[in-house]
Amino acid sequence: MPMFSPGDDPGSSFPDLLRRTGVAAASANSGSHDLDVPHATTCVALRFTDGVVMAGDRRATSGNLISHRGMEKVVQADRYSGVAIAGAAGPAMEMIKLFQLQLEHYEKVEGKALSLEGKANQLSMMVRGNLAAAMQGMVVVPIFAGFDLRRGTGRLWTYDVTGGRYEEQEYVATGSGSLHASTVIKVAYRPGFDREAAVRLACRSLWEAADADSATGGPDALRGIYPVVATITSSGWQRLPDSELATVFESIVDEVRVR
Amino acid sequence: MTMPYYVAPEQVMKDRADYARKGIARGRAMVAVRYDDGIALVAENTSSTLRKISEIYDRIAFGGVGRYNEFDQLRVAGVRAADLKGYQYSRDDVDARSLANQYAQILGQVFTHEMKPLEVEILVAEVGYEADGDQLFHILYDGTVMDERAFSVLGGDAEAITARIKDRFAPGLTLAQAVGLARAALAGDRTLDAAGLEVAVLERSNGRRCFRRLSDAEVGALLGA
Repeated sequence: MPMFSPGDDPGSSFPDLLRRTGVAAASANSGSHDLDVPHATTCVALRFTDGVVMAGDRRATSGNLISHRGMEKVVQADRYSGVAIAGAAGPAMEMIKLFQLQLEHYEKVEGKALSLEGKANQLSMMVRGNLAAAMQGMVVVPIFAGFDLRRGTGRLWTYDVTGGRYEEQEYVATGSGSLHASTVIKVAYRPGFDREAAVRLACRSLWEAADADSATGGPDALRGIYPVVATITSSGWQRLPDSELATVFESIVDEVRVR
Repeated sequence: MTMPYYVAPEQVMKDRADYARKGIARGRAMVAVRYDDGIALVAENTSSTLRKISEIYDRIAFGGVGRYNEFDQLRVAGVRAADLKGYQYSRDDVDARSLANQYAQILGQVFTHEMKPLEVEILVAEVGYEADGDQLFHILYDGTVMDERAFSVLGGDAEAITARIKDRFAPGLTLAQAVGLARAALAGDRTLDAAGLEVAVLERSNGRRCFRRLSDAEVGALLGA
């Protein structure tokens, strides 16, 4: 059982605890460039009246091949926040796992959850910690979104590879299809969207990204694979069931067909 | 030259045990009672910020009585051990038995090797997927581990409290009955209201993280029912 003297205590930091106990995963600090590892692609998040919507497609690609059809890049971080990741799938998934653990670890050690701002800052440090690997192509660029219980509003952050953290007021997009997705949102976004309108716009943006970007997967009605879409409000994280997404995408298909 | 006094090892151990027992008896007691959907943990505690009961992992809770700073240090060590194990292996590999053994090692080590024993008694509770998987490990200041089945009593006056629970405990209590029983046993002939109790549950039906703290209002409602 890890015990530390008062001056040497890692406090509520789980990554620090991993380093102290020698469990920390060795970071990729040498080796070849252009490793052909799976990459995760487009994710978006936007604010609406009650909180935020996050959405991400399910495709992971290795070069021009599809390596996974069912990857989940939008995941719950804790009760009131979620994280979406684009970039090298391996380091990204490890980062999400560590981030989720850190939030829970902090909550248990301190007896109180981190503030939303604190969580966003934690993620920033983790992205910065990955910088050495990012220089070799293992880039990980997350979106962080959550409901701020103190302010009573949904908030969004986007990051760059150096751990730079930027809070956005309306929407964010990351990944290879982000240019298309963010343009779709930019044109149609209105402050004061309700849940239904926000979910619909998020789905539409992924549809257009999938239409124009080969690395982004569209809804796969054949296999029953739909993007991961979730809302975060004062009542917490809620993932939308596939049945609801099927309806949304059917109506998008109808709209596109007329076009 | 002065010679150190010879003190028989039996005497040393007895003195340390007395010291630890006295320290523990000064604090207030806690009980854990199994009920139909999990384990109810009830402590007599007037503070709403300095907790005796807390979450260790998905299905595991910690309870401590005695000196706050000492059992809180053990609590944090337990959270760390559990989170590290879950990170390295899988969440399913974290279990109360292994934690209880590690706690016993630390307490036993301190009891025999340090000047001052830890003045704590701790409980490691794990809620099973089925009712018969519930586990209660009660660990004493000297590292003695006890595996208890139905309920567990920690702290000063444990014998009297145990006697009061034993008469009224039956398997398959509801949560309200379990909390009521715990309160009655802790109170004896005093009266204890919701504000004087710290109550948390390990609930089988609470999703991944089974631990849930009950607010004073919820406890009041349970006791009123």
